[in-house]
Amino acid sequence: MDKFGLFFNMQKAHKNDPIIALATAPGTGAIAVLRISGKDSIRIVDSLFKSLKKKTLSLSNVASHTMHFGMLQSDGLLLDEVLVSVFKGPHSYTGEDTVEISCHGSPFIQQQIISAFLKKGVRMAEAGEFTLRAFLNGKMDLSQAEAVADLIASDSEFSHQLALKQMRGGFSGEIEKLRQELIHFASLLELELDFAEEDVEFASRTELIHTIEKLESEIQSLIDSFEAGNVIKTGIPVVIAGKPNVGKSTLLNVLLNEERAIVSDIAGTTRDTIEEEIFVSGIKFRFIDTAGIRETSDAIERIGVQKTLEKIKESPVILYMFDINDTTVSSLQSDLEDLRSHVSSEFKLIPVANKIDKHDFIKIHAEFSGIPGILFISAKEKKNVNELRQLLVDKFKSGLLKGTDTAVANARHADALHKTSEALNRVRTGIQSKVTMDFITGDVRIALHYLGEITGKITTDDLLENIFSKFCIGK
Amino acid sequence: MQTQYDVIVVGAGHAGCEAAAAAANMGSKVLLITMNMQTIAQMSCNPAMGGIAKGQIVREIDALGGYSGIVSDKSMIQFRMLNRSKGPAMWSPRTQNDRMLFAQEWRQMLEETPNVDFWQDMVSGLIVENHTVTGVRTGMGLEFKGRSVVLTNGTFLNGIIHIGEKHFGGGRTGEKAATGITEQLVELGFQSGRMKTGTPPRIDGRSLDYSKMEVQEGDVIPGRFSYLDTPLPKEQRNCWITYTNEDVHSILKEGFEKSPMFTGRIQGLGPRYCPSIEDKINRFADRDRHQLFVEPEGWNTVEIYLNGFSTSLPEDVQYRALRLIPGFEKAKMFRPGYAIEYDYFPPQQLNLSLETKIIQNLYFAGQINGTTGYEEAACQGLMAGINAHLKINEKEEFVLRRSEAYIGVLIDDLVTKGTDEPYRMFTSRAEFRTLLRQDNADIRLTPVSHRLGLASDERLKLVERKVLGTNELISFLKDLSVHPDTINPLLNELGTDAVRQKVKLNGILLRPQVNIQDLVENVVELKEYTQNIDSDIRGHIVEQAEILMKYEGYIEKEFDIVTKFERLEDVYLKDDFDYLNLSSLSMEARQKLSKIKPRTLGQASRISGVSPSDISVLMVYLGR
Repeated sequence: MDKFGLFFNMQKAHKNDPIIALATAPGTGAIAVLRISGKDSIRIVDSLFKSLKKKTLSLSNVASHTMHFGMLQSDGLLLDEVLVSVFKGPHSYTGEDTVEISCHGSPFIQQQIISAFLKKGVRMAEAGEFTLRAFLNGKMDLSQAEAVADLIASDSEFSHQLALKQMRGGFSGEIEKLRQELIHFASLLELELDFAEEDVEFASRTELIHTIEKLESEIQSLIDSFEAGNVIKTGIPVVIAGKPNVGKSTLLNVLLNEERAIVSDIAGTTRDTIEEEIFVSGIKFRFIDTAGIRETSDAIERIGVQKTLEKIKESPVILYMFDINDTTVSSLQSDLEDLRSHVSSEFKLIPVANKIDKHDFIKIHAEFSGIPGILFISAKEKKNVNELRQLLVDKFKSGLLKGTDTAVANARHADALHKTSEALNRVRTGIQSKVTMDFITGDVRIALHYLGEITGKITTDDLLENIFSKFCIGK
Repeated sequence: MQTQYDVIVVGAGHAGCEAAAAAANMGSKVLLITMNMQTIAQMSCNPAMGGIAKGQIVREIDALGGYSGIVSDKSMIQFRMLNRSKGPAMWSPRTQNDRMLFAQEWRQMLEETPNVDFWQDMVSGLIVENHTVTGVRTGMGLEFKGRSVVLTNGTFLNGIIHIGEKHFGGGRTGEKAATGITEQLVELGFQSGRMKTGTPPRIDGRSLDYSKMEVQEGDVIPGRFSYLDTPLPKEQRNCWITYTNEDVHSILKEGFEKSPMFTGRIQGLGPRYCPSIEDKINRFADRDRHQLFVEPEGWNTVEIYLNGFSTSLPEDVQYRALRLIPGFEKAKMFRPGYAIEYDYFPPQQLNLSLETKIIQNLYFAGQINGTTGYEEAACQGLMAGINAHLKINEKEEFVLRRSEAYIGVLIDDLVTKGTDEPYRMFTSRAEFRTLLRQDNADIRLTPVSHRLGLASDERLKLVERKVLGTNELISFLKDLSVHPDTINPLLNELGTDAVRQKVKLNGILLRPQVNIQDLVENVVELKEYTQNIDSDIRGHIVEQAEILMKYEGYIEKEFDIVTKFERLEDVYLKDDFDYLNLSSLSMEARQKLSKIKPRTLGQASRISGVSPSDISVLMVYLGR
């Protein structure tokens, strides 16, 4: 029956051979963790391991989820003093027997240990292979596996929480609920089609449209949460705008120095924008130091100004900084007015008066306090910088994730939600414009299909490929 | 006497007749064995063919070169296209048929088919050598040799008829049950089960008062099942609708304690969607009435079939309850309704070709596989007949995909998921019903069947002309511009916006209010164009062009989904794939997969108990 020549070789496919990889970040650190998983992994580690406390201890006999101190030896040479943690399948991350070895963090030692295990027939894990096995062994579903990939890539407390939440299946649960509602809706329509001859009452069009609208709005809020979730992952952009020499760079340096958590310096697209990633209270912010905004005839500078305006539009928060010493209330008001024409919401714009150290504070305060939301700081003296920080955190917490306790963190999911939403839209307009039910139910099925793609009810080849290629070694 | 055949078909109901005709038309020497030559192609239940989803199947049978469509057309007393308002994917042809004429036409067509021999006898056993069937033994003690055998036993295997507390062996009212086959198959390793179905009482039409019922007339212009030019009836018979009421219900309830359904005497499961009247009253206690269809049994008979009143209550209860139905006050009963229990073989024991997994060259079709309905049976018979012929000629099996035909959906469902209750087709069982329409079954299936050597050259030629003509008409409509003065009066009349400048006709056709017939009547060029199309296929071409243009967006979208879907259908799985040792599959999935041995990953994904993550596991293992 092999007419298509499409049969596959099972030998290649069934993998539970032992694999090893570094589970911690590569490079020098205090300690490093190596993970070995698969058939015989405990026995293999045991063959190189010697307990320091109890000479006769064999790892093959210890209880699962226990830790043991000892030496790793290979060819009579001491490799390192290590702690080994033993996890017996199926109660391990991969579902297989797994050992984690905590060793000293030098790349040389790590390499020596890995080589010793490679000689024992263990092979290097491929990217994402531990998670692949966890998935294959039924330890997690598709969207959970994706969340693991996100978790590994997450670098702020909030994106970490987002990924954790998804990994625990909260998001799948939400979608499954919507799917069930849609299935119920679909069955109402199917009833009309297959049992038209029977004496049954059919759902009213108004009710159908009502249900669809409800589903649409729920899906829309999930889509919105993706935008928010995306912001959490990539950092919340905060534009620092203002004329040259008002102290923008000083403020940035102050924020940077105090948090000491620079992730990267990204040179902006023009020489005039600089972006810095800074964590404030576990939230990742992306500060964008912009070129000034002013009328200019210089072509290159004009591009810079253009870029600044774009950044301002995209950012949920704009700090407009000015030097209190050479600004009058009326000139500030006109500058703010100017900015507001580029900003969608009043909420975004925070006027920041700098260099208060150079002036009589009580007098300034009296003069400028009428400006809504204004903040007085001295970047140089680090005065009130904490207040600025708190303000940013508050804005994030109150605004960005309001009302959405389930957030969509993954682009594939967001895409599926978009397609679901499009299909539901066609269902609604179809019902309204009296398209016949056979075609309307076609769109309902499409919507179901895409919701199913999220929970893994339907999987396609590239879906899996895509997911597994995103994993880094170790997890 | 000839005792050597290529294909032996056991049973001459809808499945058996189609199986015999298909195998014979492909060139096999066929023996059709039936217990009674007088009951070939009996409509044991209602005198009607088609209906929602079933009508599509009859069209598919016809497109493949089966006989059911032609026979139904020739014996129809009423034609209705159901679901007209629900869109072209839902249009479902249905005929009311003359029961006697139907059987007579079938027998005549079989008699006119070269290669079909008949034998009246009961098959009591199979001859099996080396896990391969080689013939059958009969009640008269004869042996017939056949290179393949198709079993279509219907309700006859250990059939028991129930009427109230009475019960007796029988395959149909007044006919003996068949024994021996189940026992032998179980001994060979097959699993068997019991199913139940029922039928309503038959009434003397002269005793009814139709003035108290709603009349249900046939379509003004009757259609037909066959794509060939079968003759249309010159007149049609009416059906009527009436309702039960609470008085009827309370009489029926009196009989519940004697009902074999409630006393537990019937063990087989009946169809939920074709329940007996006692079932309806019991399960939907809040309904104060149930709809009944009063259907004539033919041109020249007064016999009436009371559709919706299937029952196995004692005959006196049936009679008393009947007389409380509006129009039935003086009703006389010809014979009471009854329930019948029979053996079936859970169809997961079959391959997609309908060949059994245990015994080679042995095919099952119809109710023996747990289905209900003439159409469901007939299409399985057709497919089994085709495959029985292909197998002995060492040709590749013929399997229709879910995206190709309702027949494909039906067989895939049976073989993959099995069924606990009698399986009936619904359009919602098909993922791609927008593509599986009754208007295009010939385009979908006739070319394939012609390549197999079944559908005639005549059929193929017709389809080719239809496709060509449709494409030409579509191009014509896309090119033809009309002036606002020509089209606006029509648009106004139909309540849709007028146009300001010249527009192409296809754009106008997209409006929901406009149909192609309006355009033909109002645009001279189009009228002339359509009048030049050959009259025998003009209607088909105009209809096809309209559907394809009006619903182009939807149809194309569905094709996209098919393409996605088919990627799983294109991953073939070996029969000897070792699922039991794949520890990453759930235990249930391992057991089901090794039992059912799906042909493709797509089929595997539809097995109940095989979860999406099991499929992902298989995909990963297969390196996909």
